[in-house]
This record gives sequence, C-alpha cells and structure tokens, in this order.
Amino acid sequence: MANFQFDLVSPERLLLSAEVEEVVVPGSEGEFGVLAEHTPIISTMRPGLVRVRGGEATSEAIYVAGGIAEFSNNQLTILAEHALPVSELDADKIAAEIKNVEEDIADAKDETVRAKAEIRLARLKASLPFANAR
Amino acid sequence: MASLKDLRNRIASVKATQKITKAMQMVAAAKLRRAQMAAESARPYAERMATVMANLSVPFIGKEGAPVLLAGTGRDQVHLLLVCTADRGLCGAFNSSIARKARDHANRLLAEGKEVKFFCVGQKGYDVLRRIFPKHIVEFVSQRAVKQIGYGEAEAISETLQLMFANGDFDVATLFYSQFKSVISQIPTAHQLIPATVPEGMETATVYEYEPEESEILADILPRNLTVQIFRALLENVAGEMGAKMSAMDNATRNAGEMIDKLTITYNRQRQAQITKELIEIISGAEAL
Repeated sequence: MANFQFDLVSPERLLLSAEVEEVVVPGSEGEFGVLAEHTPIISTMRPGLVRVRGGEATSEAIYVAGGIAEFSNNQLTILAEHALPVSELDADKIAAEIKNVEEDIADAKDETVRAKAEIRLARLKASLPFANAR
Repeated sequence: MASLKDLRNRIASVKATQKITKAMQMVAAAKLRRAQMAAESARPYAERMATVMANLSVPFIGKEGAPVLLAGTGRDQVHLLLVCTADRGLCGAFNSSIARKARDHANRLLAEGKEVKFFCVGQKGYDVLRRIFPKHIVEFVSQRAVKQIGYGEAEAISETLQLMFANGDFDVATLFYSQFKSVISQIPTAHQLIPATVPEGMETATVYEYEPEESEILADILPRNLTVQIFRALLENVAGEMGAKMSAMDNATRNAGEMIDKLTITYNRQRQAQITKELIEIISGAEAL
C-alpha cells in the first residue's frame, strides 16, 4: 500500500509526523478515512479520535478537540485545537477536573471567568467518552 | 581622592551587584532554553496554518462577499497597533526597540492624517507609549502574573481584538513583536493581522473539496489564525526577552568585573602610597634624633 505524509500539530507542539497508510478523521460532517492519493479536501473536525494505521506509525489513536484537517499534494495536515494521545486520557482525572470546573462556575463572580470555565467544561465533557472507550 | 575605606566599600558594593547580575543571567539562560523550545514547537502549527490559510483564501481575494477578517472593511482610516513587549526590564534594548518601531509607524500614520489606537500587551511597552501617546491607548494587558504563556492568553487577546473589530473600532490591525533570531539577535517586526495578508506567489490554488461549506470553514479558520499569530508572537517575545536579558546581564557582569579590577588597582596603589608615606615619616623622625 502506498503511504503518505501525515502531520498532527497542536498550537503547543507537533504530536505526530510520520509516513502512514490510513488516517481516520472525525470530520464535523462524519468520520472519513484518508488514504494516499485522496482528493484535496479541507474539513473542520468535531471532538473525536484520529486513528492512524500502517506505515511508520504503530496503530495509534489521538484525541482531538476540534480543529481543521487538510489534505493536498499527498500530505495530510491536522491542525488540532487541543490534542492528546488516548493513552494519556484518564477518565477518573477528567471526572475530577469536571467537578472542579463546575465548582469554579458556581463560584465565578465575573462574567468572563464564568464563560471561560464553561468553555473548559464543554471541552472536558466532550473528551470524557473517549477516555472510557480505549 | 577617595579614602581607603570608601574604596573598600565601593568594591564590596560592585561585587554585590555583580553577584546579582550573574544570578540573573543564569536564571535567564535557564528560562531561555524553555522559552526557545516552546517557541520552536509552536512554529510547525503556525507555518502549517499559514499554508492552509493561503490555499483557502486565494479564491476569495478581490471578490465580493469575502469575510471581513480577510478582506478588511475597505477603509484604512483607523489603525490599531497591537504592541507586544515584555513585562520586565533589564533586558537591554529589547523593549525599547519594539516600542520605537511601533512609535515610528504611528507617527507615519498620524502624519498621513490617519487615526491611531494602541493595544498594549506587556508592561514595558505600555510605559513607553503612555508617555508619548497618552490619549491613543485603548487597551492594556499585562502578563506579569502569568508564569508560562499558553494558548489561553493569546486566545483572550485575540477575542478582545475581534470584539473591537466587530464594533468597528478600527479598520487595520498591525502586530508588533520581536522575532527571535538567536540569543544575541532579536528583530522587531511589524505584521499586519487584519485584513489578513496572504504570501505572494500562491496563485495556483489547489481545488479542494470542502466539508462543510467553504465560507463556514473560512469563518472558523480566520479567528483561529489570528489567535495563532498572536500566540506565536508572544512566544517569540518570551524567548527574545530571555535572550536579550541573558546578553545584557552577561555584559553587566563583565563590566562589573572590569570595575572591580580598576578599583582594586586604585585601592592597592593608595594603600602602598600610604605605607610609603608612613615609612618616610618614621625614618625622618628617627633621623632627626
């Protein structure tokens, strides 16, 4: 099978850069698989798992909290808003964090602080199901 | 002529200063490594984002109905200068060179009869610009309490910026920061944020499939691009600040060393002179007997 270059970057770091065979992307209008010679595409993503198969990367799943996937010139680039390997997602920790943030929201006096905490809460809640489905 | 005691005191005080500058240099060196790593690991994202942005926006250039963040408001009357500097001093000409670049830009615009507004990020730039353009500063954010710059800080600034833009507070936004070239070289840089600039030579755009609609993706990516640019500027700034601080403190330590050497020589000479003088007094006293 033909391989293609795949890069997964988040604002803080480059998570993965490898020759791979197939990547499954959680597009905002449904999951889609990308193989070599895929037609050029740009898609936004919803929170979900990016699955990588074949090539240099051993079977890996990475959680992304939205972002953009772009494929052109036989190269797939995922610009993730926030990304973590699934192995680093811990359901208990996230649950604890959710509780924490919920308390923050309850205590928040300032409108902007609350809005920020709510965004965090939404993000955490979205990631929870994927921590269990390892 | 200073007395021996004065000289001793001065040597002691310069030595104390040297210890402080040396410690500051070492702290800056340690922080620099971390800041440099952060700046470098943020680069791939910013670069890839720029490519995607360029590919996406080419079909929209010069067309009706392009998003305002990309095309601008069509006017260039009110300019907003987003000036990012450090919060702390003692880093050589780092802050003043960014502020100077912004000031020159502002003066040029004012001479052309445009309106200028400042959005200051960082205490030091704010202090300088407040003195020169007291009425033009509309926003000020300090990152003094922030230990390590994260994406969240950039997001907050970007949101404020977008809100101001949506309210029609300005037409053109330019970002001022210092590009981190190396430890000894930081280049103050101006970069236009709104309307977004597209690198030249991107004529042959790839024909994409869009999921969802093109305009929806663009509406999603443009604010994000803004945030990324600001985030990158902040990180480059932190790295640059630490680099500048390191070399400034290195210089200070060396200068203090030179000063100690000079003072020590003066001290020794004076001590010698005093001893000789006392000896002569004793000898001539003995001869008189």
